[in-house]
Amino acid sequence: MEAFGLLLHGFAVLLTWKTVLLMMVGLVLGIFVGVLPGLGGPNGVAILLPLTFTMDPTSAIVMLSCIYWGALFGGAITSILFNIPGEAWSVATTFDGYPMAQQGRAAEALTAAFTSSFIGSLVAVLLITFLAPMISSFALKFGPPEFFAVYLLTFCSFVGLGREAKHKTVISMSLGLLLAGIGMDTVSGNLRMTFGSPELLRGINFLVAVIGLFGISEILLTMEERLALRGHAASISLRVVLSVWKDLPKYWVTLLRSSFIGCWLGITPGGAIAASFMGYNLAKRFAKDPESFGKGRIEGVFAPETAAHASGTSALLPMLALGIPGSGTAAILLGGLMVWGLNPGPLLFVEHKDFVWGLIASMYLGNVVGLVLVLTTVPIFASILRVPFAAVAPMIVVSCAIGAYAIQNAMFDIWLMLGFGIVGYVFKKIGIPLAPFTLALVLGNRAEDAFRLSMIGSGGTLKVFWSNGLVGSITTLAIVLLFWPVIDGLLGRLGWTGAGHNRGTIKN
Amino acid sequence: MSQTDLEIVVDDPTAPEDDSPSVVSSGTVEIVVCLLLLALAVTLGTDNWRTGASWDATGPEPGYFPFYLSVILGGGSLYGLVVALLARRASSGSFVTRAQGRRVLAVFLPTLLFCLLTQFLGLYVASFLLIAGFMRFVGKIALWKSLLTAFFFTAIMFVTFDIAFDVIMPKGPLEAALGR
Repeated sequence: MEAFGLLLHGFAVLLTWKTVLLMMVGLVLGIFVGVLPGLGGPNGVAILLPLTFTMDPTSAIVMLSCIYWGALFGGAITSILFNIPGEAWSVATTFDGYPMAQQGRAAEALTAAFTSSFIGSLVAVLLITFLAPMISSFALKFGPPEFFAVYLLTFCSFVGLGREAKHKTVISMSLGLLLAGIGMDTVSGNLRMTFGSPELLRGINFLVAVIGLFGISEILLTMEERLALRGHAASISLRVVLSVWKDLPKYWVTLLRSSFIGCWLGITPGGAIAASFMGYNLAKRFAKDPESFGKGRIEGVFAPETAAHASGTSALLPMLALGIPGSGTAAILLGGLMVWGLNPGPLLFVEHKDFVWGLIASMYLGNVVGLVLVLTTVPIFASILRVPFAAVAPMIVVSCAIGAYAIQNAMFDIWLMLGFGIVGYVFKKIGIPLAPFTLALVLGNRAEDAFRLSMIGSGGTLKVFWSNGLVGSITTLAIVLLFWPVIDGLLGRLGWTGAGHNRGTIKN
Repeated sequence: MSQTDLEIVVDDPTAPEDDSPSVVSSGTVEIVVCLLLLALAVTLGTDNWRTGASWDATGPEPGYFPFYLSVILGGGSLYGLVVALLARRASSGSFVTRAQGRRVLAVFLPTLLFCLLTQFLGLYVASFLLIAGFMRFVGKIALWKSLLTAFFFTAIMFVTFDIAFDVIMPKGPLEAALGR
């Protein structure tokens, strides 16, 4: 009940004209970046971050998180109307969404997608409301070894459960951790890996890296492809909306199952992509007539959208409660918090109650406003795709440069952004995942500090990571996850599991 | 009610041809990337060793953590190099075709030029030139549309960032002449 009272307080903080207006602006910008090819949630948030520099932290994070919700909603528009997934997690939505549009049921498919997105997010926000305060108060008992163990668990789960080749995830993560260490050492004050360059004294800001890795590289990749598209225009009437909503109770099992999958894969760093596919596959597996999937079945839209949004939203839970983001976009939001001097983690719930509960309240309100907004503005956003990419691409480049420069007012960062753009382009093409790189870059210094403090406390012995039941369990679990493919293979040979199946994998 | 009889059609006159020859294979690029990462790991590892990668009276030295990360990066790159070399015997897909490469360069080179111009002309003038030039020469869009779009976009950015949100961007001689 305490959480409920605090949530009401959050609404009181939030419900000002200014914040609601910012919420609307954020949602519109978010849907815009979700629809446009070459942009998406992570880079949309990173590029638009400088707009929030002069705001108070609550307004700023409300706007940024609404950009995130908007991008989640926007991805479905292109998937259903054009068979082009705006985001990778919208791929599964195309399987049945586009056939529905071809059958003249575009409005129905879009309503189903937006409604299930809303339901998935709502379940995840409810989870955050009641679980995050409990986890954070538990985490207040954590010392440096426990924190390092949790960071290790995050890193190991990316390696062990990731779909990419293991060595590529290791390369991506170790590179991110190394680059995070450039500049002044936070413990001793010594300079590391600067090679005498004054520009590197500041270190590499991870937002600059993210803008390059996701923004510039995506433009290069998008340009490579054929940019012609042919699709349906659609507007949604109240009659269609009410008819879809009336049928919702029929699909409660699918919605609940997908919400659960999404929340699970969001909290563990499974990601929205894995969640959407898993949600779709399970809906198909448990259906009486699985062969009807892929031919325009509404459950084929409900399942992946619910799971993807539940995952995208619940990825904020570990970020708020422990300071460990569950997704690339959550990592960028975490970076945004750091810009305003807020330290995500258990202390945030104690020291900045207004902020945390204002943010959680904004998740509820942002989703309701987002649903209404997106249902009423589909034709406008679908027509954005008529704008030639040759006009959109340079505008995105300029927005990226503004974002990169504004973070530290440094021209060097624009060059750095360009460099990371090339790295992102090459890495994406040869299958080196970028999410572990981003996560490592944002968590690198914290992980190193926790490790060094643990080692100093223990006099240099690694036994500190098994010094009590809690830290020992987390560390052991981390090692199990790191070697999970080997363990799973061994268990499979013994006939204990179905090794080799694509279960619980993470698409980074 | 849906209006699915209405269609949105966007053509791409400069689309890359499907039968364009490959410039370089993914396998070759993987080998080059692994070699570069290996060189980076050695460089950073050496620097961290110089900074101090062992244990002293106050605990781990500043280079301790990054040194071992360099070792992990080096190990991963070396493994990747071996895997890529072994896989090379099997046919690896194309990294980029000639037509795709041309299109990528058509974005990359103007972006590079834009970064360079930003340093000397300021961000807004460089943005105007990038957008107008790109729309006109790459997108083959009418000159007046290109100039107008570039002007309005740059003006909106200037008003939003420099005036409304007080985020100061790099300026050049034009802004100086206008007193900003």
